[in-house]
Amino acid sequence: MHVVSPIREKLVLNGKSYHDITEDISRHVEAKPTKEWKVAFGISVLVLLYGTAWVCWTWWEGLGVWGLNKTVGWAWDITNFVWWVGIGHAGTLISAVLLLFRQKWRTSINRAAEAMTIFAVICAASFIVMHMGRPWLAYFALPLPNTFGSLWVNFNSPLVWDVFAISTYFSVSCLFWYIGMIPDLATIRDRATGMRKKVYGALAIGWTGGAKSWARYEDISLILAGLSTPLVLSVHTIVSFDFATSVIPGWHTTIFPPYFVAGAIFSGFAMVQNLMLVTRVVYKLEDYVTLDHISLMNKIITLTGSVVGIAYITEFFIAAYSGVEYEKYAFINRATGPLWWSYAAMMTCNVLSPQLFWFESIRRNIVVSFVMAVVVNIGMWFERFVIIVTSLHRDYLPSSWTYFTPRLGDISDYIFSFGFFFTAFFLFSKFLPVINMAEVKSVLKSSSEKYPEKIKKKA
Amino acid sequence: MENTNKRYWKGVEELKNDIEFVKNANREFNLDDIDTVEPTHRRDFLKVLGFGLAAVSLAACDAPVRKAIPYLNKPEDVEPGIANWYASTYAEGGDYSSILVKTREGRPIKIEGNKMSSLTKGGVSARVHASVLSLYDNEKLKEPQKGGSKISWADLDKEVVAGLSKGGNIRIVSNTILSPTFKKVIADFITKYPTAKHITYDANSVSGLIQANSESFGQAVVPSYDFGKAKVMVGINADFLGTWIAPDVFAAQWAETRRLSSSKSGGKNEMSRHFQFETGMTITGASSDYRSMIKPSQEGAVVVALYNKVAAALGGTPISGPAIEIQNLDKCAKELAAAKGAALVVSGSNNPAIQTVVNALNSLLGSYGTTIDLGNPVNFRQGNDADMNAFINEVKGGQVSSVIFLSNPVYDHIRGAELGEALGRVATSVSFAANADETAAKCKYIAPAPHYLESWGDAEPKKGFYSLMQPTISLIYNTRQAESSLLIWAGGSGDYQAYLKSSWKSILNGGKSWVQALHDGVYEPGASVVASGASFAGNLANAATAIASIKGSGIELSAFENISIGTGTQANNPWLQEMPDPISKVTWENTIAISQKTATEVGIDQGDWAKLTVGGKTIELPVLIQPGQAHNTVSVAIGYGRTAAGKAGNVGANVLPLVSNGQYWASDVKLEKTKSGYTLAQTQTHNTVMGREAVIQESVLSEYVKNVKAGRFEPKLQTSEGFKKPGQITLWNGHEKKNHSWGMVIDLNLCHGCGSCLVSCQAENNIPVVGKAEVARAREMHWIRLDRYYSSDAPHEEGYSPAGFRAMEIASENPDVVFQPMMCQHCSNAPCETVCPVLATTHSSEGLNQMTYNRCIGTRYCANNCPYKVRRFNWFKYFENDNFDYNMNNDLGRMVLNPDVTVRSRGVIEKCSMCVQRIQLGKLEAKKQKRRPVDGEIQTACSQSCPTNAIVFGDMLDPESQISKTLAVEKEGRAFHVLEEINVQPQMTYLTKIRNKEGAPKTETKPSEHASGAHS
Repeated sequence: MHVVSPIREKLVLNGKSYHDITEDISRHVEAKPTKEWKVAFGISVLVLLYGTAWVCWTWWEGLGVWGLNKTVGWAWDITNFVWWVGIGHAGTLISAVLLLFRQKWRTSINRAAEAMTIFAVICAASFIVMHMGRPWLAYFALPLPNTFGSLWVNFNSPLVWDVFAISTYFSVSCLFWYIGMIPDLATIRDRATGMRKKVYGALAIGWTGGAKSWARYEDISLILAGLSTPLVLSVHTIVSFDFATSVIPGWHTTIFPPYFVAGAIFSGFAMVQNLMLVTRVVYKLEDYVTLDHISLMNKIITLTGSVVGIAYITEFFIAAYSGVEYEKYAFINRATGPLWWSYAAMMTCNVLSPQLFWFESIRRNIVVSFVMAVVVNIGMWFERFVIIVTSLHRDYLPSSWTYFTPRLGDISDYIFSFGFFFTAFFLFSKFLPVINMAEVKSVLKSSSEKYPEKIKKKA
Repeated sequence: MENTNKRYWKGVEELKNDIEFVKNANREFNLDDIDTVEPTHRRDFLKVLGFGLAAVSLAACDAPVRKAIPYLNKPEDVEPGIANWYASTYAEGGDYSSILVKTREGRPIKIEGNKMSSLTKGGVSARVHASVLSLYDNEKLKEPQKGGSKISWADLDKEVVAGLSKGGNIRIVSNTILSPTFKKVIADFITKYPTAKHITYDANSVSGLIQANSESFGQAVVPSYDFGKAKVMVGINADFLGTWIAPDVFAAQWAETRRLSSSKSGGKNEMSRHFQFETGMTITGASSDYRSMIKPSQEGAVVVALYNKVAAALGGTPISGPAIEIQNLDKCAKELAAAKGAALVVSGSNNPAIQTVVNALNSLLGSYGTTIDLGNPVNFRQGNDADMNAFINEVKGGQVSSVIFLSNPVYDHIRGAELGEALGRVATSVSFAANADETAAKCKYIAPAPHYLESWGDAEPKKGFYSLMQPTISLIYNTRQAESSLLIWAGGSGDYQAYLKSSWKSILNGGKSWVQALHDGVYEPGASVVASGASFAGNLANAATAIASIKGSGIELSAFENISIGTGTQANNPWLQEMPDPISKVTWENTIAISQKTATEVGIDQGDWAKLTVGGKTIELPVLIQPGQAHNTVSVAIGYGRTAAGKAGNVGANVLPLVSNGQYWASDVKLEKTKSGYTLAQTQTHNTVMGREAVIQESVLSEYVKNVKAGRFEPKLQTSEGFKKPGQITLWNGHEKKNHSWGMVIDLNLCHGCGSCLVSCQAENNIPVVGKAEVARAREMHWIRLDRYYSSDAPHEEGYSPAGFRAMEIASENPDVVFQPMMCQHCSNAPCETVCPVLATTHSSEGLNQMTYNRCIGTRYCANNCPYKVRRFNWFKYFENDNFDYNMNNDLGRMVLNPDVTVRSRGVIEKCSMCVQRIQLGKLEAKKQKRRPVDGEIQTACSQSCPTNAIVFGDMLDPESQISKTLAVEKEGRAFHVLEEINVQPQMTYLTKIRNKEGAPKTETKPSEHASGAHS
């Protein structure tokens, strides 16, 4: 039988030239901010100010402004932390893992995804500090030499592992993002004049565009990709240890590491989807972020959504199979107890809704994709809420069972992280190239280039 | 010119010009390595400078240090840092306790029981523990007042004496006075002013009992009861373990009849049987074996029926009475008759007719001379309702020209409102109240009396049992003892100390020296008097007729006294307000307690507020669904609804005006829902134990007799090598305990939930008060809680049915109740310790799980990972914070703080430390005397205050300690760890609850094997 390989679709549409790419991307960095940008940025800054005021108030007054109680010691704070860290994972996955697998379609989204990672990790870190009763002593959690004798951090504590995991992840992500941006910064430098030339020049740290530079650039990208790939798995694994190593029914679960990683990729892709769908419209980058991209992302969302769905069901099976009455009750309570609605929200958003993407028409529908990405992130927020709160609020001794009701402090401190995230993202999208020009140029011409249009259409 | 200066040598070496010496002549310290030290380089300097800057700026982030200033002139008896103890007496109305007061640097900070008292035997109730805080109430009057403005003592005395001297009727109104010397002062006063009369009343009156005793035996007394001698005891609306007459004494006696021992040689497997017939659920009913629900109007009928049934068995004369069907009544009568000579029936009714039948019943049962002693009566609750009624009528009729109040009848008498309105007609009215309470505010003069810890005094709680009260601090405000005031107004000197001392000459009568008596606090010449019998001579027929006329209709209201607030005298005490009611777990207010069935019929539910109307009088309160509440009844606690108690005390509503018949109940209650969506400030909101046998282990006596391990739940885990105990498969290395291993044994059979430990712990450990709103958010700070579980009628859900689990959440209509004191279990394999990122909670070498507050950054991970949920987080700064305006927000209130215990800052976790400060003190005392600590010498606040000795603290490595002996016996008996299967190895051990009931325990024991699931 005669087998014909599938024809590779063009990754950049409408016959863009190398120069077009430079123009399309650099235009936004060089032009005056658009009205839309100003409005969006203004709103983000207002949200950030409101959130900052509440964060300051939380620090001043104490964590009592949240809705936590003697039984539920974590709720929105750690939910938000895990949620943001999870979102961050997509950036690393796209830039590192997909680089290693030579997935060329990643080139037009990896820059924004990495930026998102960094901002998301900062948001996550802010909740680590915020949730402390005495955040001004946060440095106690670092293994610093000190004058207290042999006083050290507790290396048995998953929270200490978190500190290492998150800080490693953050520094590697920053490095990856920045190094990947150097050629583009140089491009902008070369087109700029005056003060801007100096700033972008400094940021481009003397990039010449010589063959040697490119060779080294490729090498370092591969090395960093190799370094980051285990991080994609390890960071959320360690975050899941916060729960998995405890004794609380519903937390003490060995399935958590893979389940958390899948969930992280799931929510991260959804967030990237959201951001890219907005950016491609606002910056008119439809030729770079194509329907194929959106469709591919949706496939990954469906896959990872199904993985977490299986994990949810497995948890129930294990709880029943274990014969442990606390474990059994924890899961029955999760689905049917006073917080059943959060479980229902999680199941609907995460497991059921992505199944719609089995239909190609839905997968390629921009509006549905956008809405679905929002739904997925709502679902993933509820997943963490379900794990944390429904396990805690009814654990071993029924005398201590309580309910959790959020207060304005919980909500406003969560809003703070959105304010920060979007303010940072808008600043990034204005002052730095949102698409990796250099790498997109490298995928402009593909091997299926020369086929006539009609054959391609068939394929 | 010749040098005239003398020359000195540093030593012989210099004189001899020793080479070594010359080399080192310019070096101050002769260190060998000094030359090898490098000089400070610029880089090192910068490093040090940088580090210094960083260190200083970090250090500057911390709270400022406050200096303690030493005494300029140190008082002779005060050693800073060392406590002084004084024996004294708590006597508030009819409540009594012989106490020891701990003072630090001149401040009383803690109250403990005086074990020398053979009456109270060291028992101290929650209210007595909390009374030390009332001393530091900054809302008290700071000087005498006339019409709301300041007056000097001299002017006040002049004006009051002028008023008294005008003649006319003078009345002194008080609650029960236990002090013989105070009574003498009043007698002196009456001698001076012959128109004066002393009126005694009590808000929790037992006037009916006294009247019945007078009619039945010719003795108008409250007898002393001995529950310890009773094999069968019956309480009919008498909360004798909580609030009735002398609850701490009774609880200790009761506990001795409930104590079991699984020892193979000489164990104890006999228990008394306790029947309770009551309207609302009390801790007495909760601790009884058989509890039946009755309406208040049925009290008489129950007593008559019981009498008739016992009389039928024992050959007494039956009396006529209404027919009544009450659960357990026949069984109760049968067992009472069988236990003749060791039976006791008590009734809380204030109706003389009912009490007369009770007397006849007890007489029939031969209780007089065994369980009841009329010959050595107690002096509690001597109030006379008739006298008080007459007095109020007199005031209303304008027949009283002067009145002196030692109590607060405008608030705590059923006719208080009438009295308050009429007080204006009294020419001279004086109150000795410490603050401008409801009565004092309506008086012309307030002559504030100091707190009892600032006062001299005495008490005679029982005939022949005396105790002394001495000041433990000099007067805080410009106050004067009531006794002194009365003496001065009677023309005396006002030196009450001297008066007391001379009065005691006749009491002591050479038996003990004054100094010795003052040191001991008690003098008990009557201790050896034996109980005397009495023969019943009352008129049963009349009583039966009177009982037959008691009619209740509609929904009935029962006004009861609760444990924390009592009659409301200490309502402004935030510790008591925040102490959860042992049954309902409600704090900071009283409620309308109602059964679910009746509530549904009326159309109200928990979370609603309702208007409760009786005879035109209305109060509005939140609704509490109370399992065990008799149908068609509601219960409301007295002591609330103060209007002039102070910031903390003006909460709830006053129910007394609604029970105007003086019987503490009323019929035809109208309930009307007014609003909904309210969250009661309860510290426990889930009522049942959900069949978790690893938490509560219980059985019945008949099973226990057969098998001392009855009711025990022994989890086994399936492994490849067969079933194993959780402790046998472990990843933990354990902690070596070389010297001591502190622990506690808590006997669930003896804990009756009185909550004394909770307030004692609060006082000892500087536990903040957080207020109603925060309790409603489940953020109370108590280190020890009394978990209270109701039984459920639903079968133990073994499968996966959500409906089955939901059914288990619903308590029975009349549930079995169990109390479980729960504090940090000091796990040897502590889940909290492994998860703390900064090592703020660690294990001591003596088995304690300890908190280092300074190191805590407040991640709350430890609290989340605590299977017992005993860790508490400081959500706010609870001291010097106007949002928490309790004792820690003012200088005076902070004087109650224990200087040995850190006041925790906001943002840190805290929890039970097993009173580590006391352990350290005890160890140091022993070390000073070059010996090991003796068992019993070190006590935690909870174990020391437990009136039934349900909590035993000690060193488990000391084979002679009580805890070691108990554990040795109960290890193969009743001893269990809560949640044994997760293998956290607590230092706290519980002993199973055994009810003296027939038949199988309510929950079926299921096979104890678990397939897997230990987190070991």
